[in-house]
Amino acid sequence: MTDHTPLPPARGCRDVPVLKQRGQREVFCGLTGIIWLHRKMQDAFFLVVGSRTCAHLLQSAAGVMIFAEPRFGTAILEEKDLAGMADAHDELDREVARLLSRRPDIRQLFLVGSCPSEVIKLDLARAAERLTRVHAPHVRVLNYTGSGIETTFTQGEDACLASMVPELPETEARELLLVGALPDVVEDQALALLSGLGLDRVRCLPARRRDEMPAVGPNTIFALVQPFLGETHAALERRGARHIAAPFPFGEEGTTAWLAAVAEAFGVPPERFNEVTAAPRARARKAIAAQSKELRGKRIFFFPDSQLEVPLARFLTRECGMEALEVGTPYLHRTICGPDLDLLAEGPVISEGQDVDLQLDRCRAARPDLTVCGLGLANPLEAEGLRTKWAIELVFTPVHFYEQAGDLAGLFSRPLRRRARLTGLERLPESAAP
Amino acid sequence: MKLSVWTYEGPPHVGAMRVATGMTGLHYVLHAPQGDTYADLLFTMIERRDHRPPVTYTTFQARDLGADTADLFKQACRDAYDRFRPQAVIVGASCTAELIQDDPGGLAETMGLPVPVIPLELPSYQRKENFGADETFFQIVRHLAKPMDRTPKVSANLLGPTALGFRHRDDIVEITRLLEELGIAVNVIAPMTASPADIARIGAAHFNVLMYPETGEAAARWCEKHLGQPYTKTVPIGVGATRDFVDEALSLAGVDALVDESRLRLPWWSQSVDSTYLTGKRVFLFGDATHVSAMARVAEAEMGFEVVGLGCYNREFARPIRALAREMGLTALITDDYLEVEAAIADLQPEMILGTQMERHIGKRLGIPCAVISAPVHVQDFPARYSPVMGFEGANVLFDTLVHPLVMGLEEHLLTMFREDFEFHDGAGASHHGGTAVPRLEEAEAPAAATAERPPVESTFEIVWRPDAERELRKIPFFVRGKAKRNTEKFAAERGVAEISIDTLYEAKAHYAR
Ligand code: SF4
Ligand code: SF4
Repeated sequence: MTDHTPLPPARGCRDVPVLKQRGQREVFCGLTGIIWLHRKMQDAFFLVVGSRTCAHLLQSAAGVMIFAEPRFGTAILEEKDLAGMADAHDELDREVARLLSRRPDIRQLFLVGSCPSEVIKLDLARAAERLTRVHAPHVRVLNYTGSGIETTFTQGEDACLASMVPELPETEARELLLVGALPDVVEDQALALLSGLGLDRVRCLPARRRDEMPAVGPNTIFALVQPFLGETHAALERRGARHIAAPFPFGEEGTTAWLAAVAEAFGVPPERFNEVTAAPRARARKAIAAQSKELRGKRIFFFPDSQLEVPLARFLTRECGMEALEVGTPYLHRTICGPDLDLLAEGPVISEGQDVDLQLDRCRAARPDLTVCGLGLANPLEAEGLRTKWAIELVFTPVHFYEQAGDLAGLFSRPLRRRARLTGLERLPESAAP
Repeated sequence: MKLSVWTYEGPPHVGAMRVATGMTGLHYVLHAPQGDTYADLLFTMIERRDHRPPVTYTTFQARDLGADTADLFKQACRDAYDRFRPQAVIVGASCTAELIQDDPGGLAETMGLPVPVIPLELPSYQRKENFGADETFFQIVRHLAKPMDRTPKVSANLLGPTALGFRHRDDIVEITRLLEELGIAVNVIAPMTASPADIARIGAAHFNVLMYPETGEAAARWCEKHLGQPYTKTVPIGVGATRDFVDEALSLAGVDALVDESRLRLPWWSQSVDSTYLTGKRVFLFGDATHVSAMARVAEAEMGFEVVGLGCYNREFARPIRALAREMGLTALITDDYLEVEAAIADLQPEMILGTQMERHIGKRLGIPCAVISAPVHVQDFPARYSPVMGFEGANVLFDTLVHPLVMGLEEHLLTMFREDFEFHDGAGASHHGGTAVPRLEEAEAPAAATAERPPVESTFEIVWRPDAERELRKIPFFVRGKAKRNTEKFAAERGVAEISIDTLYEAKAHYAR
């Protein structure tokens, strides 16, 4: 039977030594998370307190400028703000007041710290408290950092969600909490699956609107849908909530294992579990099979980017028949990624952090069939004859749970399929020419 | 502190990157945190470069602060030299590194690298991208260029083109060809295409062509003063400016030549009867000062448009733009706040915008066609085909660029004649634009978001259209209908008219007609 996932490997990657190098890192900072977080939280505004660089980063990472006035912006520090801290706070109050009066739809405001605001030690926590007092109850003001000196790419979402946890109301209810920003359509699918399992009181962090934010307490049981939520995980445990460890819901196997862990925690009978999951599992397997033809037997190399690398390597090796050469990740959270590491057969180099030049050397030497990397590296590697997949698409595209499993495989197979189609571009050798 | 959503210019170190990335044999060591590496994608994605920009970022982290960020810089500098073996190195700080005051220039100097090390001081909290490019190029020239014998044959340098510049790639080719036709050789093109060794022989040219004052003026001035090279003041965009430029170049070169205009099509294309409909089209211009002032002349004198407003985002060049606007009886808009630009456009309701990537978005939102004539630009403004905006071929390209967003002459007549015909029905759109089928997600969401997030027009009451007025409105060709509707509603709101009749419609039309 080819449509069943293999048994867990005899030896996984949980305890393999990790390659750590220190050099130039070619990654986004945590501010980037604002691009998807502001879409998810429909009454939130993200105000970066930073420099022109931060504003330019957001504009460039968004790729296409989003129409209308988006719910994010940068309060650009100027010379006079650097000189006197008191002034900087006054200026911030003024900008926030102006913004909120123009945007009555805003119910939650995040002050987002950047490298410059951290280096000058601008206390945004204090500012958030002060501004909450001024603008309550209509607007709640929180703060977190997305600075490049503290956070890498998806860690911005982690910092954002972690900043919300202490503010969540207390509850004694035994409830399941899903943690991590999912596109609405995927979130709805997950909720439908869970409801099929008999779990109807499921809450989500972040909620789409401030009024729908979940409560949390000692009887809360939470499951992460993204692997990069280490701080949020810790903050929830501090509130007494209990984490369900599981592989992440990518692909058929990951989704089933994730749902099974939840089902077990809530005592869902196995018959019911099978009843609910059988059809979508079969659909997912079929979709993956169709999309993964080009991937079977191919070798893949991950540059560090989103922290999704370990679960994705698990999916691609176990469900799509790929071989992982190197799995780079900006940060390896061994506890959270443990179940995925267990399933990833030993073999690939697991690397954490980066020296991009040395890693490029390794990549060129290995000549993988597919390289997962950032936008700065993709075209240069393509020009060297290496096929690439932009990592950023993995966080912008719906990829979780059964119904997206085929799309997820498709994200990786499309560059290979495209290259195979482009048969008319190479110059024929003299002798072969008619 | 100033709240900004979209910016016309990046920080000054991005300007330095545009210089470094355009050049060969140069490496930039930038003291900066990891997130600043996003700037690489501007070049690899927007401009589709097939190489990484020659930039090494130190990517210091919070835990390095106060401890060893200076060592980190020196290590990065040494590694970069060993790996890339550049002919020269430029070093500098991004906004964050500027605050920790490690002095990259001083540190690099003590390292004894066997090649010239050029320190950059780019004040991140005061200046922007164009300044960064101009200053960086100036510093490179100042450090490397020396007075030397002139080439035996008369020659010129082309100064100012950079990576990520609007059509710089093709303008270089066009101007090189134009000069060669005049018997003037091109000595060095810089910064784009030049190596540090090429910069060292800049002094051999007889004069300089300053193609882009935004990014090359400081260097041109320095060369004038220290190398005795005069430089051209006319930017050859458009027919008239190209002719003036030719005269200027010939007089600086001290040669006489007849210029071959056989490639130039704009004059006839503009005079042919199909172009009659372009007469007096009301256009709004916004962009960098150089492109805006050149295009104002093209728009008025070569296309027959009426310029109803203009401005630029680079304050460094506010003065000439203000003067130009005054000459045209207008007030210049000098701002880098796109919301102000949008407000100005919404207010003037031009029939076309000549602007940047930003104005393209503004135009989509307001339903006004836009042609892009200046940086900042997006990936679609780096076309595969040859498309300069300078010189004679550039003028031809401009004609097409300015006409393309509009519905064409014959088509406009047909639409009026057959407006009830099924093929020319409302939804059809300009037949050569095609893209009306399924708008992209972001775009599709836009109008809803725009209405939801914007305060309504200054009226507090609901304006309704009487059925006959609405029927009349539907008879107006679709490509001007949106504007007619908005104008009429604005007109009604201003006069406290709650119900729009056919009369209101035509009164508004008369009011806005010029
Ligand atoms: S790395 Fe720091 S300075 Fe750069 S964009 Fe991110 S937060 Fe701003
Ligand atoms: S639709 Fe075709 S024929 Fe008509 S004006 Fe446009 S390009 Fe010409």
